[in-house]
Amino acid sequence: MTETITPQRQEYRPTPGRRVLAFLRNTWRGLTSMRTALILLFLLALAALPGALLPQRSLNEAKTREYIEAHGWWGELLDRLQFFDVYASVWFSAIYLLLMVSLVGCLLPRSVDYVRSMRAKPVLTPRNLARLPHHARAELDAAPDDVLAAANARLRGWRRAEREEQGGARSISAERGFLRETGNLAFHFGMLGLIIAFALGKMYSYEGQVIVLADGSEFCNAGIYNYDSFNPGLRVDGTELTPFCVRVNNFTAGYAESGQPVSFESDIEYQAGEDLVSGTWRPYHLEVNEPLRTQGDRVYLLGHGYAPTFTVTFPDGTSRTHTIQWRPVDQNTGLSEGATKFEPPGTTSAEERRNNQIAVTGLFAPTAAMQGSVLSSASPKLTDPAVAVDVMRGDLGVDSGRGQSIFEIDRSMVDAGRLERVARENLKVGEQLRLGDGTTVSFDGVKQWVSLQVSHDPTQIWVLGFAVVMFAGLGLSLFVKRRRLWVRVTPATTAAGERRTVVEVGGLARTDQAGYGEEFTTLAGDLLTRDRKAR
Amino acid sequence: MPVNETLSQYSDWSYTTAVAVYVLAMVFFLVEQSFGRKGRQAAARTRERAQELVGAGGGPVGTVAVPPPGETAGPRPPRTRAERIGRMGAALTVLGALLHLAALVLRGLATSRVPWGNMYEYIMIVCFIAVVTWLAVMRKFPVRHLSAFVLLPVVILMFVGGTWLYAVAAPLVPALQSYWLVIHVSAAASASGVFLVPGVASILYLVKARHERDPAKFARFGARLPALDVLDRIAYRTTVFAFPVFTFGVLCGAVWAEAAWGRFWGWDPKETVAFIAWVIYAAYLHSRATAGWRGNRAAIINVIGFAATVFNLFFVNLVTTGLHSYAGVS
Repeated sequence: MTETITPQRQEYRPTPGRRVLAFLRNTWRGLTSMRTALILLFLLALAALPGALLPQRSLNEAKTREYIEAHGWWGELLDRLQFFDVYASVWFSAIYLLLMVSLVGCLLPRSVDYVRSMRAKPVLTPRNLARLPHHARAELDAAPDDVLAAANARLRGWRRAEREEQGGARSISAERGFLRETGNLAFHFGMLGLIIAFALGKMYSYEGQVIVLADGSEFCNAGIYNYDSFNPGLRVDGTELTPFCVRVNNFTAGYAESGQPVSFESDIEYQAGEDLVSGTWRPYHLEVNEPLRTQGDRVYLLGHGYAPTFTVTFPDGTSRTHTIQWRPVDQNTGLSEGATKFEPPGTTSAEERRNNQIAVTGLFAPTAAMQGSVLSSASPKLTDPAVAVDVMRGDLGVDSGRGQSIFEIDRSMVDAGRLERVARENLKVGEQLRLGDGTTVSFDGVKQWVSLQVSHDPTQIWVLGFAVVMFAGLGLSLFVKRRRLWVRVTPATTAAGERRTVVEVGGLARTDQAGYGEEFTTLAGDLLTRDRKAR
Repeated sequence: MPVNETLSQYSDWSYTTAVAVYVLAMVFFLVEQSFGRKGRQAAARTRERAQELVGAGGGPVGTVAVPPPGETAGPRPPRTRAERIGRMGAALTVLGALLHLAALVLRGLATSRVPWGNMYEYIMIVCFIAVVTWLAVMRKFPVRHLSAFVLLPVVILMFVGGTWLYAVAAPLVPALQSYWLVIHVSAAASASGVFLVPGVASILYLVKARHERDPAKFARFGARLPALDVLDRIAYRTTVFAFPVFTFGVLCGAVWAEAAWGRFWGWDPKETVAFIAWVIYAAYLHSRATAGWRGNRAAIINVIGFAATVFNLFFVNLVTTGLHSYAGVS
C-alpha cells in the first residue's frame, strides 16, 4: 500500500459571503438533481390535471361562469386560486419554470461531458477481463498480429484504441453507441426549444372568429372590429393584421340517411397580397380539415347554421328585410334560436323609435316537425324550414349603452315592461303574421352561414421543427446502446512448445438496456473462431 | 359510403367469439399458474430460465462461455400437465387474437374506412395490440403462466366496449375525415395497447416485491411469480417501445389539430391527459436512472402511467366534453 499524504486542512471559516455562495451552490445542486427533476415532473402532471377536470376560461367562458355560480364559495375559492386558468396560473408557470431551470442545469454539464467524451480515447483495458459481466476466452493458432488485425476489421464502426501492455500483451479498447447521448441531448434541447417557441407563439399569435353569410358575403382581415370575437396574444394589439379578404359563395352539408353529417364544404374566394391591389379573387374549396393558408394566416371552417330572412312591413307601407344568423341549439337536428331586430322607419324622434322597435325571436327548424303546436326539427337538412316566433315590440335597449348579443333580446327590457310580446305564431316560408296595428311580419326564406376562424401563429413552424428534433433524439436515446468491448491478445507457448495466442474478450453495457448479451456472444464468437482464414 | 350490414354482423360475431376464447384461455392459464405442486415446479423452472436470461442480458456477474454449436442446455424435462394446459392456453390466445383481427378487418371492410372511428372500435384495437404485445413478450420471456393477468383487463375492456360502448357501424363525421385519423389514432391506440403490458407487469412486480420483503404476504401467489428483474425488464422494454410511439401519436395529434381546429395545442381535456400520461412515463424512464427510485418506485410510476391512460380513455371520452368527443355513445 502506498501512503498518501493528506494536505494540511485549511480551516473553513463561514464568512457571510461564503454562506451566500454555499447556499446558492446547494440550491443549484438541489434544483438540478435528478430527484428534484422527477418530483417536478410529478408536480407538473398533477398541476395539469385540474385543467382536464374543471372547465377552463380559455376554452369555455360561459361554462366556467356557470360552474362558479353553481358551487358558491368553493367556486369562488377555486377561481381565486386560478383553477379556471390553470395553464396561465402562477403555480403552473412556477413549476414549469423550475423544471426548465432544472433542465438547463442538467444539460449544461452533460453537454460539457459529452464534448469531452467525444474527444477522449476509449478507456484502458481492465486488468482482469474475467470480472466483467460479459467475458469469453480462447486460444488460437493465429499470430497475435493477425488476430489483432482481424479484430480491428471486425470492430469497424467502433471507436477503438490499441495499446501495448506489460508482458507483451496487446489490447484493443472499443466503444460504441455515442449516438445515445447525442440523441439524449438532442431530445432535451429540442424540448427546451419547443417550450420557448411555444411561449413566443403565445405572445405573437391571434385567433379570431367571424360568422359570414354563405351568399357571396365578404370578410376582410383588416382589424379587430371585423371579428365577432378575437383572442390576441400578449403582444398583439390588432393594429398590424396581415390584410386579406374572403368571400363565401356557398355552403353545402352532406348527410347520411341516419341524419349523421358526412361532409361540410364551402366554396370561397380570397385575395391576399398583390391580389388586393389588382382585385383578383382566387377560388378555394374550404372544408373541415382543409384550411385556407395564406400569408401566414389560416382560415378554418368551424361551423355552420341558418339565417332566416324576415320582412317587416309597417302600416305606412315601408318595409325592411333582414337576414341575421341564428345559432344552432341542437347540432343533431339543426334547431336554431335567435333574434332578428328591426328599427321603425321614418321617425326622427328617439322616443317614438324606442317604443316601436321590433324583434322577431324564437326557434328555427330546417325540417319542421310539429308536436301539436310546438315546433321541433327532424333533421339538420334544409328540407322544410319553419319558424316559431315571438314578435316583441317596444324598447330593445340597443342604445342603452350595454352590449347586446346578436342572438338574444335584452331580457331586462322585458322584465322592466318596456318590451312586450305582441304575437306568437308558427310560420312556413312565404307565410306572414299580422300585428294589431297592421304591421306584418313575413318569413321569406333562409340562408346558410358559416363560422370562420382566422388563426395566426408565427412560431408554430418552429414548434414543429423542435418537435421533430425531439422525436428523433428520443428514438436514438432509447434504442442506441452504449457499450464497451475489450480484446486482449497475449502470446503464449503450450507445454509442447507450440506458439499459441490467448485471446480474451470482455464486454460491458453502459446502459441498462438488455440485449447486449446476444450481440456480445456473436462478436466474441467471431473474434474467437479458431480457423479465421477459412471464413 | 354505404355500410355493409352483413360484414358488420360477421365482425360482431367474431368479436364476441374472440372474447369467449380469451376467457377460456384465461382459465387455462390460471390452471397453469396455480395448480398445486406441479405449478410451483413450473414456476421454479421459470425462475431458473429467467436467471439465465438475465445473466445473458447484462446482469451483475456470470461468465458466458461461447457455446459450441449443436449443443443444447441438457435434456428437456417431460412436460407436466399444468404446462400442457398452459401451452393450450397460449394456442387459444393466438386463436383469439386471430378472431380479434378478423373482427377489426371486417369492421373496416364493412364501413370502407379504418376501423377506429369511435370508442368501441378504439377499445377493440387497443386490446388487440395488448394481446399481440403479450404474445411477443411471451416468446421472449418465460412468463406464459402469467397470461391470465394480462387477459383479465383485456377481457374486461372488451366486455365494456362490446356492451355499453357498442356503436353501430357508420361512416365518419366530417371532422374525422382525414388521413391523420389513420396515423394519429393508430399510434395512440398502439401505444395504449402496449402500455397495458408494462402496467400489468409492474403490478405483479409490486406484489412480488411485497412478497420478497415479507414472505408471509402473498405467500402462495408471490412464490409463483417470476423474479423481480424479469418483471422489471418486461415493463421497461415494453415501455421503451411504447413511449416513442405515444410521443409520435401526440405529435401527429398536434399536427392534425392545427389543420382541424386552428391550433396545434389547446389544452383540450384529451390533450391535457395525454400530456399528463406522457410526463408520467417520462418520469418512469428517468426514475430508472435515478438512485433510490429504481425498482418499487419505478413500478409504481408505471402503474400510475397506465392509470392515466385508462383515465384518458374512459373519463375524458365519457364524462368531460371536449373536442375529442367521438365516442359515438349517446
